[in-house]
Formats: sequence, structure tokens, C-alpha cells
Amino acid sequence: MMNKSEKTALLQSAGAAEEIEGRSLWRDARIRLFRNKAAVGSMIILGIITLLAIFAPLLSPYAYDQIDWSYIQEGPNWENGHIFGTDGNGRDLFIRVLYGARVSLAVGLLATTVSLIIGVTYGAVAGYFGGKIDSIMMRFVDVLYSLPFMFFVIMLMVVFGRNIFLIFVALGAVEWLTMARIVRGQTLSLRRREFIEAAHATGVSNFKIIFRHIIPNVLGPVIVYMTLTIPQVILTESFLSFLGLGVQEPLTSWGVLISEGAKVIEASTWMLIYPAVFLALTLFCFNFIGDGLRDALDPKDR
Amino acid sequence: MLSYAIRRLLIAIPTLFVVITVAFFMMRIAPGGPFDQERALPPEIEKNIKAAYDLDKPLIEQYAIYVGKLFQGDFGPSIKIRDFSVAELIMAGAPASMQLGLTAIAIALVFGVALGTYAAIRQNSAIDFVVMGVAMIGIAIPNFVMAPLLSLVFGLYLSILPTAGWGDGELQYKILPIIALALPQIAYIARLTRGSMVEVMNSNYIRTARAKGLRETLVVNRHAIRGALLPVVSYLGPATAAVMTGSVVIESIFGVPGIGTYFVKAALNRDYPLVMGVVIVFAVMIILLNFLVDMIYGLLDPKLKSR
Amino acid sequence: MTTNHILTVENLTTRFQTPDGEVEAVNNVNFHIDPGETLGVVGESGSGKTQIFLSLMGLLAKNGASTGSVRYKDKEILNLQPRELNKIRGVSMSMIFQDPMTSLNPFLKISRQMTEVLVEHRGMSESDALARAISMLDRVGIPGAAQRVHMYPHEFSGGMRQRVMIAMALLCDPEVLIADEPTTALDVTVQAQILDLLRDLQTDFNTATVMITHDLGVVAGLCDRVMVMYGGRVVETGSVRDIYYDSHHPYTEGLLKSMPRIDRADEESLFAIPGQPPNLQNLPKGCAYQERCEYVFDRCCAERPLLREFGNGRASACFREDDK
Repeated sequence: MMNKSEKTALLQSAGAAEEIEGRSLWRDARIRLFRNKAAVGSMIILGIITLLAIFAPLLSPYAYDQIDWSYIQEGPNWENGHIFGTDGNGRDLFIRVLYGARVSLAVGLLATTVSLIIGVTYGAVAGYFGGKIDSIMMRFVDVLYSLPFMFFVIMLMVVFGRNIFLIFVALGAVEWLTMARIVRGQTLSLRRREFIEAAHATGVSNFKIIFRHIIPNVLGPVIVYMTLTIPQVILTESFLSFLGLGVQEPLTSWGVLISEGAKVIEASTWMLIYPAVFLALTLFCFNFIGDGLRDALDPKDR
Repeated sequence: MLSYAIRRLLIAIPTLFVVITVAFFMMRIAPGGPFDQERALPPEIEKNIKAAYDLDKPLIEQYAIYVGKLFQGDFGPSIKIRDFSVAELIMAGAPASMQLGLTAIAIALVFGVALGTYAAIRQNSAIDFVVMGVAMIGIAIPNFVMAPLLSLVFGLYLSILPTAGWGDGELQYKILPIIALALPQIAYIARLTRGSMVEVMNSNYIRTARAKGLRETLVVNRHAIRGALLPVVSYLGPATAAVMTGSVVIESIFGVPGIGTYFVKAALNRDYPLVMGVVIVFAVMIILLNFLVDMIYGLLDPKLKSR
Repeated sequence: MTTNHILTVENLTTRFQTPDGEVEAVNNVNFHIDPGETLGVVGESGSGKTQIFLSLMGLLAKNGASTGSVRYKDKEILNLQPRELNKIRGVSMSMIFQDPMTSLNPFLKISRQMTEVLVEHRGMSESDALARAISMLDRVGIPGAAQRVHMYPHEFSGGMRQRVMIAMALLCDPEVLIADEPTTALDVTVQAQILDLLRDLQTDFNTATVMITHDLGVVAGLCDRVMVMYGGRVVETGSVRDIYYDSHHPYTEGLLKSMPRIDRADEESLFAIPGQPPNLQNLPKGCAYQERCEYVFDRCCAERPLLREFGNGRASACFREDDK
């Protein structure tokens, strides 16, 4: 029988071994990721867009809700500072696109974080305890999985109004399912590995095991999926906004701008093109980065 | 096969009830909805609602009555469009939506699988990159961006198709909406098929097929496609859901008189019964479809067929 | 010029292009097989033993390329167009693989997977092909062959699946059967059964057989001649008796020593060759075995020993030969 210090030493060495293994995995993955030109390019572009969004007010002489009576619904003009032109109310499109970026990126990140928290916890618990608990929990996920979520989100918007926090929560609550499945799969396979048994044997509580050992090790696929969820969420939010069910005035998002632009596409094509390009570019970048991460962490012949 | 069918059924039925229950309670708590006592509604509509929803009975009984009525196809009256019940409105919009939706899925399957297989066979060639690149575009560009662009290019610049409208339902009015609905799915299915095909083509049993000296067409068409298509069959469920979701926006943009258009108007007008009705109908269709797809999958995969 | 050999391999080299550089999995390999004989090809994973035969069967991965010469009877078959190669694969030369689980198509019935060989190569009708398939399944020891033939692979056990693979490979009476570690993925008892079956079939059909394996025990019971591979190169050849009782190359000696022996139960510990298999992307200058060899001397690290023949099909790639 081991005494307490021996137990601790054993656990530490088991944990440390996993850590070392983990570190070289990340290093290899990073090398592979940076070799992927599409992913690197995407990261740069995303970085630029993010910076533009953050520093938006500094980049234009106009405020996002400021009406320029002399220049209503006119095209791009570098001389008067309306680089992307103006919309039907005379508001500068460039600054509105950048403010739209703020909303879209924020919604993307926050909603994904919500889905992350719910999904990872749910999946880790299900996978860790296995057996009946896992069956029931996953059955519930199966039930929810087949539903068309867009409609439920719209329903929520209709019923409770168009609160931006509600949007975060609704979108996050919708995306957690696949995250839960992924985490549960990983957890199930991790559960049988030796260092978990070692932790068990030395009496570490289930709760601690889940948070200290399992969750760090499922990080890989989770990060990949997060990067792929963000564009989904942004897309969903744009979809809602396009229909008029998303963010409310005076806030704007790319979906709203595209909706306005679509209505006047013949006369004022720029009103559609600029927000659409930003949206498409952002979605592309996240997808490329997500693909790159997936290849980096699990290289298979593609 | 039977036990598999039963298991899928056991998932489908609770899902249905979750949807109905959620819809029921949503309506009850909606501020400004038909059940909000403070809201003043035009008297005729209020009368209809009182009659339809038996508001004086206990909640459980209301629920039971509601479910019972649903199974008879009675969704209650619309609160914004007078003289029409939700069921009537949905039925009015159904033909257009179904035509567009079913055609879109059929096109997506045919083109998606063909493109994906072609790209997979010529893996890593220029054709592969082009096809996958275009597919990436189809996936990343949202349909509400694609649709106006299509309208602009084909309707305005090239003038070969009407930019919007439905006319009397002639073919030319249907083409753009169908393409707009189908494109993202073609892209997705192409990518899925390609990935699946590549995996299958690298598998051991394809190596065996080649070692047996079979000609390549046999290897691909008899040995590879079967396994490669299973994920595509699985995807049919989500694909239909995506087309339904997309139809909401596409119908609005092109002015198609379908369920999607009614849904958007209802959502903007807070016509709760209509919104709930459409949600339930769509949900039911998707649940049924997923069940059907599961059955097809079970028949195709020998490991499931024999159990 | 006609030769007796059914398969002649000369200077076969197979290279793979990987993101980390070029790898030579097979390096200048020469050997031949005579009709009806069984050749054992022995080596660790990565020794190149499987890649040799994947190369000549045209089954290499896309990033691989072979040079050299492979003659089936008198016909050059290396790098032949698939259409031409398909006239030989499955007909005159057959290959069975290590993992019967994944080597059979899970979506097709066994009947289809077998009859298609006969229909494609022999132009037989479906019913004739089915009859022959059933009789072949019978021959390899599948009970109830007539019913079993209409089943799917997952309905068979591992050993049965391997028997099915063997039956499938022999349908067209090939003159060469290449068996790539056919028993490695099976239980020990099933292993013995499969080896017995192969021996049996060899007597009946007189097929030249190549037995690729890492297990010298398998070689002993089945093979006439042995070829030992290390680091992509042939390091020793000879008859089974010669290899077992008079091995020359230190690697062969190591392999023999590390076989657990019942008759030497009093030995304290199992012998294992020290060190790791070589990294093919980073082979040392000189002999590939130098880091693990107990006889290593200076010349081994400077120069690579070539395969030297010393009569009767015996050859060894070691500088110790020079002193003998």
C-alpha cells in the first residue's frame, strides 16, 4: 500500500507525462498549421478585420448613425470620406460596415462561448460517467439534433423580442449539441487511459478529474469545432437580421446591411457588395482556419 | 433491422412531443400574444381565439385539447389575417414550397454526388482544387447574399430570367429560386462525397479489389461508391432542414407565394399561431424525413440490415 | 532468353515523396522465385518487405514510385499500365493481405466479391462462377459454403474471413500467391489453422508462394527459401535450413536468438535485439544495422556492405564475410 506522498508522486508523474506528451503534440500541430498558407492568410485577414472593427470610430470622420444630408444613397467617394458610399438614409456605409463587424464578431465569439460552456460540460459529464447517464443524456441530444433550429430561434425572437443578449444565448443554445457529441466521444476514449485510472486509484474526486484531466485533453477537437462554429453563428445572426428579426436599431449588423442592400440592388449595388464581401470573407477565413487546425491536429490524407 | 427501426422511432416520437409542447408554452407566455389579457384585439379575432383555445379550462386540459386538434390538422386561427385559419394558410403556400424544395434537393444530390466523385477520382489534380474551391464558395456565401446576386446577374444584366415574382407558376419564375436553394447543398454534398470517396478509395478493401485485377470502373462503381454514399444518405436529413430554412429567405427575396413567405410575414407581424403552426409543420416534416432517411440507411448498410 | 524463374526482380527500388523528404522504402532488391516454391520474406515493420510486393502488383500509394525490373516469366511488369497489369493481377499473381477485417468490402456479399473475379477474368457466367466459388470455399474449409457464400463479411469470424480471402485469391489458379502477414491479425490457434491450410493448398495447387512475415516460426513450417530484409535492403538469403542452422548476418542471428524457445526454458530472460528499427529518412552512413550489431567495427560505419553471394543461393550483406 502506498502512503500519501507516494500517491502524490505517482499522480504527479502520471500527470506530468501526459503534459509532456501534450506539449510536443501542440508544437507539431503549430508547425503544421503555419505551413498551411490558406490558414495563415486567413488569420492575417481576420486580424485586419478585427482591428478595423475595434478601431472603427477612429477610421472615419462620420459616426455610424450620422446622416449626411448632402449625400444620400450615393456611391463610393474618396473625396468626401464616404469610402463605401452611403445608405438610403445618408449614413456612411464604411463606418456602418465596421460597426456591423463589431456586432457580428461579438455575436460569433460570445454565442460560441456559450455553446462551448454548455456543450463541453454536458459532453464531458456524459462521456465520463458513461452507462445509463450517458445513454439518457445522449438520447436527449439526439432528440434535439433533428430539429430545425432556425425556426426555434425565430420563434424565440418573435416571442421575447429582439434583445441582443437573447440572441447570444439563443444561438449558443442552438450550437452546443455537436460540441457535446464531440466532447463526449473524446471523453469516452480518454476515460479508459491509464492516467485516469491512476487518478481514480489515488482518490481524486470525479469533479476534479473531469476538469483537470479530461477537459484539457479534449481541447484539440474543441478548438477546431469552435473555429468552425463561429462562422455558423455569424451566418445565423446575419440570416435573422436579414429577415428583420435580428439586432435592433440603432445597432446594425452585416445581415441588416445586406438586407437593405438587397432591396436596392439595381440602383445602389455598393450597398449590397461591401457588407456581403466582408461577411463572405470573414466566413471563409474562419472556415479555412478551422480546416487548417483540423489538419494540423489530425493529419490525414485529404 | 426491426430493432434499429424501433430505436429510431423511439427518438422520433419524443422529439415530436418536445416540439409541440414547446410551441404550446411559447404561445402562452408570449407578451402581447393572444393570451395576454391586457392586449386589446379586434373583437372578432378575440372571439375566434377564445373559441379555439378554450382559455377558461385548466392548463393541462388546454394542452390535451391542443394536441388533439393538432392531430386533426387544426392549428387554430390566424390572429392577423382575418377569416383564415393557420391550416388554410399553410396549405395555400405548400404547393409552391414543395415544388421548389424537392427539386432543389434532387438537383443537389445529382450534381453534388457527380462533382464530388469526379473530384475524388482526380484527387489533388487541378480539377479537384477547382471543384472544391467553388464548393467552398458555395458554402461560405450565405444564400441571402447569393440570391440577390443571382437575381442581379441573370435577371438584370443578362435579362434571361425574371428577377422575382411568380406569375402563374411558369417555369421561368422557378429557376432562380431553385438554383439559389440548391447551390449551398450542391457544394456541401460535393465536399462530403469527395471526402468520403477519398477515404474509401484509400481503404484496404479497394486495394484488394485492385489486387484482384478488376478494371478501375468496376472498382469505383461497384466497390467504392456504395460505402462512400452512406454519409451522403445520412446528410439528406440535415440537407432538407437546410433547404426548408433557406426557403424562408429565398421565397421572400423572389416573391414566391410559399410557406416561407407567410412565415416571415407572420414573424414580423407577431402572428403567433401562424408562426407556431409553420414551425410545427416543418418540424414534423423533418422528423418524418429523418426517420425515412434512417430507414434507408439501415437498408443500405449490411451491418444494420442483418440486425 | 527463357528462364526457369517465374518471377525475377532486379534492382528494385521504391521511393516515397513525403512532406519531410524522400524515403527509400525498398533499396536495390534482387531475388527470384521458382515455380512451386515458397519464399519467406522476413523483416520488421518498415523493412520494406511489403512494399516490394505492393510495387510489383501496382498497388503503391500515390506518392510512391518504383524503378528497376520485375519480370513475370518473360514479361516486364513493373510500372505496367493498369489495364495490362489487370490481366495478371488476380489471374496469374494474387495477393492476400494482413487484416481480413478491412480487406473485404463490407457492403458486398461474399458471392459477389468472388464471382466477379471469375466473370471478369474468365468470362464465366454468374451461375458457373458461383458454383466454382462455393467449391473453393469448401476447399478452404468454410462449413456450409453454399449458404455462407451469400453472406456479408461481417458475418464471418476473423479466421473464416482470411480463408475467404485465400479462396478468392486462388479462384483463377494463379501461379504466384503473395501472402502479406496473413496470420498476424489472428489468434494463435487460428494462425496455426491458416498456415496448415496454406501448406495444404500449396501441395495441391503447386502455387509459388511468397510468405511475408516478421515471425521466423511461421517461416520454418512453410518455406523453402528465406530472404531477410533490413532497412529496405536484402541482408541475407538462403534455404530455410541454412538460415536456421547456419545464419551469417548478425540481424538474422538476432532474430533467431529472440525467438522464445520451449526447449531452452531454463534461460533467464528473453533476448531482444537492442535498439530501434532504422529511420528510413535518416539512414546512417555505412551499414544500416550498425547501431544494433554486436560485431560492429570501423568499416561498418564507413562503407555499406553489399549483398555477397557465396554459392547455392546463399548470400549475406555483412563485412564479416570477408574474414570467413
